Amino acid sequence: MLALVLAHLVVAAALPMVSARSRRAAFGVAAILPALTLAWALANAGPALGPGLTSTTAWAPTLGLELSFRLDALALAMIVLVSGIGAVILVYAMGYFGPTSEDATRSAALLLTFAGVMLGLVLADDLLTLYVFWELTSVTSFLLVGQSGEKRENRRAAVQALLVTVLGGLAMLLGFVLLGEAAGTYRISEIVAAPPTGPMVTAALPLILLGAFTKSAQLPFHPWLPAAMVAPTPVSAYLHAASMVKAGVYLVARLSPGFSDLAVWWVPVVVAGLGTMLIGGWRALHQTDLKRVLAFGTVSQLGFLMVLFGAGGRIAALGGIAMLLAHGLFKAPLFMIVGAVEHAAGSRDLRKLSGLRTSMPGLAVAAAVAAASMAGLPPLLGFVGKETAFEAFLGEGGVRGWAIALGLLAGSVLTAAYSARFLWGTFAAKPGVAPTPVHAPGPLTTAPIWLSAAAGLALGIAYPLVDAPAEAYAGPGEYHLALWHGLGLPLLFSAIAIGGGLTVHVLRTRVDRLAKHSPFDAQHGYEGAIAGLERVAVVVTGRVQVGSLPAYLATIIVVVVVLIGPATLFGGAWPVGQPLYHSIIQVPLGLAVAVAALAVVKARRRFTAVLLVGVIGYGVAGLFIVGGAPDLALAQFLVETLSLVAFVFVLRRLPAHFTEQPSPRRAQWFRAGLAAVGGTVVAGVAVVLSAARVAPSSTSADFIALAPDGAGADNVIAAILVDFRALDTVGEIGVLFVAAAGVASLVLATRYDRKGLSASVESGQGSPRHEEDLVG
Amino acid sequence: MTGPTTINLAMAVTVGVLYTAGFYLLLQRSLMRVLIGVVVLGHGTNLLLQIAGGPPGRAPIVGTGTAETITDPLPQALALTAVVITFALTTYLLALGYRSFVLVGHDEVQDDVEDRRIATQKMPSASLDDDQDHTDEDHTDEAATRQDPS
Repeated sequence: MLALVLAHLVVAAALPMVSARSRRAAFGVAAILPALTLAWALANAGPALGPGLTSTTAWAPTLGLELSFRLDALALAMIVLVSGIGAVILVYAMGYFGPTSEDATRSAALLLTFAGVMLGLVLADDLLTLYVFWELTSVTSFLLVGQSGEKRENRRAAVQALLVTVLGGLAMLLGFVLLGEAAGTYRISEIVAAPPTGPMVTAALPLILLGAFTKSAQLPFHPWLPAAMVAPTPVSAYLHAASMVKAGVYLVARLSPGFSDLAVWWVPVVVAGLGTMLIGGWRALHQTDLKRVLAFGTVSQLGFLMVLFGAGGRIAALGGIAMLLAHGLFKAPLFMIVGAVEHAAGSRDLRKLSGLRTSMPGLAVAAAVAAASMAGLPPLLGFVGKETAFEAFLGEGGVRGWAIALGLLAGSVLTAAYSARFLWGTFAAKPGVAPTPVHAPGPLTTAPIWLSAAAGLALGIAYPLVDAPAEAYAGPGEYHLALWHGLGLPLLFSAIAIGGGLTVHVLRTRVDRLAKHSPFDAQHGYEGAIAGLERVAVVVTGRVQVGSLPAYLATIIVVVVVLIGPATLFGGAWPVGQPLYHSIIQVPLGLAVAVAALAVVKARRRFTAVLLVGVIGYGVAGLFIVGGAPDLALAQFLVETLSLVAFVFVLRRLPAHFTEQPSPRRAQWFRAGLAAVGGTVVAGVAVVLSAARVAPSSTSADFIALAPDGAGADNVIAAILVDFRALDTVGEIGVLFVAAAGVASLVLATRYDRKGLSASVESGQGSPRHEEDLVG
Repeated sequence: MTGPTTINLAMAVTVGVLYTAGFYLLLQRSLMRVLIGVVVLGHGTNLLLQIAGGPPGRAPIVGTGTAETITDPLPQALALTAVVITFALTTYLLALGYRSFVLVGHDEVQDDVEDRRIATQKMPSASLDDDQDHTDEDHTDEAATRQDPS
């Protein structure tokens, strides 16, 4: 299964080469792989509906990371949407994008990439694998919405979609880790089979739901989806109707069998789902852009699906699978119809379109079939799903059952109303509007529309085909998907939904006036959040990034003191019997070094300071000798001498005194205090930690034992440097080379300037004093 | 040698004073004093590395003593590497300070003017939501750029 996913990505990478010859051929080639995937999935339907088909590839075995995939009933249903509708839409894109379209090359490659990662998402049986594919779909969605990035509205919509879905994605990752740790496994099938419990799970589930809600455009995160309608229509139809936005629903469906009896799971899902269904349906009623009518319809339907999968119960799950397939099969053709109408009539504004019913009768019939499924008319798949949904919650009864059922009824009334609005807006002859001139769309455009719309009709009539995966997902039982369940409350509810919807549509002018007043505007919420974030960023940047080197260094020292100081003070034990000195010579040498160090601080002349540093260096070398480290002392002597020479060379050119502006006295005292505390902490930590060591390490013992014979050196230090740890020494030599190159270039640049070979480099970036010097 | 290897008090004080002086010099504005601070800190660290190896003993050369009487060679090897690296760092910083002096006439570390400007701001100068757009004039309508499928 991994190979199948990777094949998508490989072919997608090669698509630009095909596209260079023919834009249309690129989409045609891209459609092959999803079609093959669908065929593969259907051929494996037997095991998928039974025990499931699994395959696992080790990713990072030492970390326990693996890429595990599983084809089961739910994944099969999703593949029908992802690969089946994907292939249909790619064929449609052949006609949609013209032979000279500049967006075609990019879109073809990205659409196939998306098909691959979305396939990975629905097949993933490991939480972390799923997360990786989840974020990859967000990225491809960002690129497909943004297109060339030349139009501002594309950029804004792309950024909004990315920010919202990635925000949820990161929360979801946190939830996945909590859930995986609580369960002891990241394998989804195992977690669902034996769901863990406890506070960690209670914390994990809302985080996971946040990811699902942002991805599936649930309240209050939904505005990114209508905004994303600026993308080309095939992208909207594929990502933002049929497949990607279903990822959140899919995740809820995937985990619900394990967690739907927990209130922390079903309450947010049902509340957000019902709210989204109603708000989305209501907002769809006053849109004039046909794509936005459909987009709010998608938002509404995603809420419906959330309720069905999240509320729990076998019958609701049956209805969920039926609606999942139905939605893909009616929403994709409806979007493609909008694209075709826009092509043919040059507009997708329902106030400007008129009389298309007579000029484009074929499309009108296809649209009627798809919209009827959306509204829930028999004998379409949408009707089958909706009947089952009503049955699930009316059969459950009680306060919860009736509340959900009535909520779904209200949502279905709105669904029927905007279905009617879509049909009327696209095809009806409107009084006062001249019939829109059209030219007929080609077969590449109409065939995919018909294919997908007819599939919705065919599966409605041949409902046992849907019942098989639905039952495999929901579990065996009495109730089955069917067109006719006899007279009863569900049928009455379906009738009320249709009748109510038509009534709302007839009263559309009045509803339109009402619908302008939306209960709240989530888009403003998003914009406010972004603006607030930017203001906070400015304030934080201003406070943290003050642009002063002493302030940054002081911050580092404070962190060292605050983190390490108390930990050592309270966590470590002061060693007993600490000697005053090990060798009496250490005392005068240490004293000389300390006095020289304090004198450096007070020195005002550069030369004095450098000489005092020399004293410190030689003093430390002396301490090395006393400590039994002659090699170290030798290196220290040589390096100190070389450093002195280098300093003297540079000091020739610099003023005799340090030229810094005098700092305020308080700042100086603060620096002195901080330095003293820092020095004390370091010394204290050194003492406490050194007490932990009681004997020469075994590493050193090995070095000593091996040096004479293994390295041929009696001097163990030499053996370590040039033999045992020779790579360190090579790295050290590399550092010396880099530093030498840097020094040489800096010094040579100055000589170059002095010879007047380049233009004046006195850029005047210095202090005001210096600038005055330049002017004067 | 065996037994506790606690750093003795004289050495602890020496290391503490070296670090104090180094920290103080680091916080100054003269690049030369900052550089001297780095050098002093380097000395303190190298000394710390060496004395962390335990109390004084014979040089770690096979034949001069038993494994018990010689000092631990590993910290010394590490310190030797550190000494050389400190030297490379010192000369590079020295050249940098020198170049800074040649270019701007002094070796003082100035505050970053741009950072100071940001600190006085209340509002972001640009937003994700209304970024600059230069191509909005030529509205290339989506429908216009595509070709008829038929």
